[in-house]
Amino acid sequence: MARGVAGPEIERLIQLLARLPGLGPRSARRASLALLQKREGLLVPLAEAMRVAAERVVVCSTCGNVDTSDPCAVCADPSRDPSILVVVEDVSDLWALERAGALHVRYHVLGGVLSALDGIGPEQLDIAGLIARAQDPAVREVIVALPATVDGQTTAHYLTEALAELPVSVTRLAHGVPVGGELDYLDEGTLSAALKRRTAV
Amino acid sequence: MTDDTGAGPRVTRLLLQDFRSWATLDLAPRAAVVALVGENGAGKTNLIEAISLFAPGRGLRRADFAAMARHGAPGFTVSLTIEGVYGSHRLGTATTRAGEGRTRICRIDGAPASSPAAFGEHVRLVWLTPDLDALFRGPAGDRRRFLDRLVLAVDAEHGARVSALERALRTRNRLLEEDGEPRWLDAVEREAAELGVAVAAARRETVGRLDGLVAETQDPASPFPFARLGLEGEIDDLVASLPAVDAEDRYRALLREGRGRDRAAGRTLTGPQASDLAVRHGPKDIPAHLASTGEQKALLVGLVLAHARLVATMTGIAPLVLLDEVAAHLDPRRRAALYDELLRLAGQVWLTGADRGLFDELANRADIVAVGDGRATPLGA
Repeated sequence: MARGVAGPEIERLIQLLARLPGLGPRSARRASLALLQKREGLLVPLAEAMRVAAERVVVCSTCGNVDTSDPCAVCADPSRDPSILVVVEDVSDLWALERAGALHVRYHVLGGVLSALDGIGPEQLDIAGLIARAQDPAVREVIVALPATVDGQTTAHYLTEALAELPVSVTRLAHGVPVGGELDYLDEGTLSAALKRRTAV
Repeated sequence: MTDDTGAGPRVTRLLLQDFRSWATLDLAPRAAVVALVGENGAGKTNLIEAISLFAPGRGLRRADFAAMARHGAPGFTVSLTIEGVYGSHRLGTATTRAGEGRTRICRIDGAPASSPAAFGEHVRLVWLTPDLDALFRGPAGDRRRFLDRLVLAVDAEHGARVSALERALRTRNRLLEEDGEPRWLDAVEREAAELGVAVAAARRETVGRLDGLVAETQDPASPFPFARLGLEGEIDDLVASLPAVDAEDRYRALLREGRGRDRAAGRTLTGPQASDLAVRHGPKDIPAHLASTGEQKALLVGLVLAHARLVATMTGIAPLVLLDEVAAHLDPRRRAALYDELLRLAGQVWLTGADRGLFDELANRADIVAVGDGRATPLGA
């Protein structure tokens, strides 16, 4: 690997960018060069935006979302349906569901899923916070939107049990045919899940 | 070389680079049966191992990809041209050193494939290696692995299900050991029960179909005795006698009742991981492990050939059949019968053997390739 192409300040920039998800050393180098070449148009505004974000970012003490205010914009939005809570593993899942925009509701970020093999137990996740929120009489339904992995599903079963004594209904995301999906392109697992969980029309 | 115009898929070109003992290889077989002849250590098994990489998993030796690169080489490349019913396709797989680790690359017709599973659209594989010679008298774990490979060849999801079940059971064992919260244990047992019943049901389906196919096609005159297949295990009995939902509930209850026992054992004692594939020598009606060594080999060959036919029926793709050192263990009568059966299969067959004389009966009907000194040389028929 060529060394000493750039000074230590620029090398540091490249190394930091390379730690971002989706970027490797090679793409970090390209991104750095693009920033440096567009100093006024890109680098300076980006640095300023990052400085402001770094100063103001907080984790919402209600739902675990990341925002510049606590409670976050989602929790503070009075137009959202207070009867539904959607449980997600991570902030990225919350953002993904918000992008989908199917439900105008509030969320609860667990901060992971149960994994005995990786040493993540119930006390590491914000389960107590979820149970406290689900006790609000306004909440009627908790939607468990966790990944379809062994750990994700185990966590879903756990939450279902943990919420069993509250007067809320616990539901889960459907597994099945993607929107616009051709059946003959789907794998057998997805097809059989879709058949098993078929719904009346 | 012999030109044979059968219908099944066949490899018409095999290119290797830095794969195990092979620096390079360029082989262009034409026939429906390819016999590799060479001394021990000549690289015959390495050659068919390269072909086996186009099946799900880690090939017929179940080796690490890192170990497959030739000594001192950074990675390897294997490329196949496969002539199928719908034309010819180039499949390639390679490992390269990228950054810290190695990455595996898969390509189909020059374009990147999302995963090795995509090869299944073009090629299916079935194999028999000397490792399996002790299958019937060896540990049940070997038979389960053999069984799961049979299932995987017709049901691509089976591998993911089995590894998910393993993870769920490892999680349960860890929670038992660490005295985890009961509710957490309940949750993981519920997940394990769903997965366990799915695994057992998939195995039952394949074993049932294979046993049915063997029963339909049994020929009392064949030198390959037919096998009777069954599954033995608590969960297999549940799946056989109850609807899936009830089997899940029952298995869950068994797991819950067995916590103390499993905690003491350090593992989960009921479930698909404790099942066994029971094979009987059909004509003699005795358990396979009581048959003679030669009969066991003949049973195994018959089973693998029946499986090849089952894969062809269920997937619509006749599999390539790789038989490592199979001919040497059979008497001349069985060997001749084996060759007749192989020539009746729709897919191409690759055989290995140390002695050219083993393949005399195949003369004019197969490509005989001499393997040695890092080269593969087609011999005139």
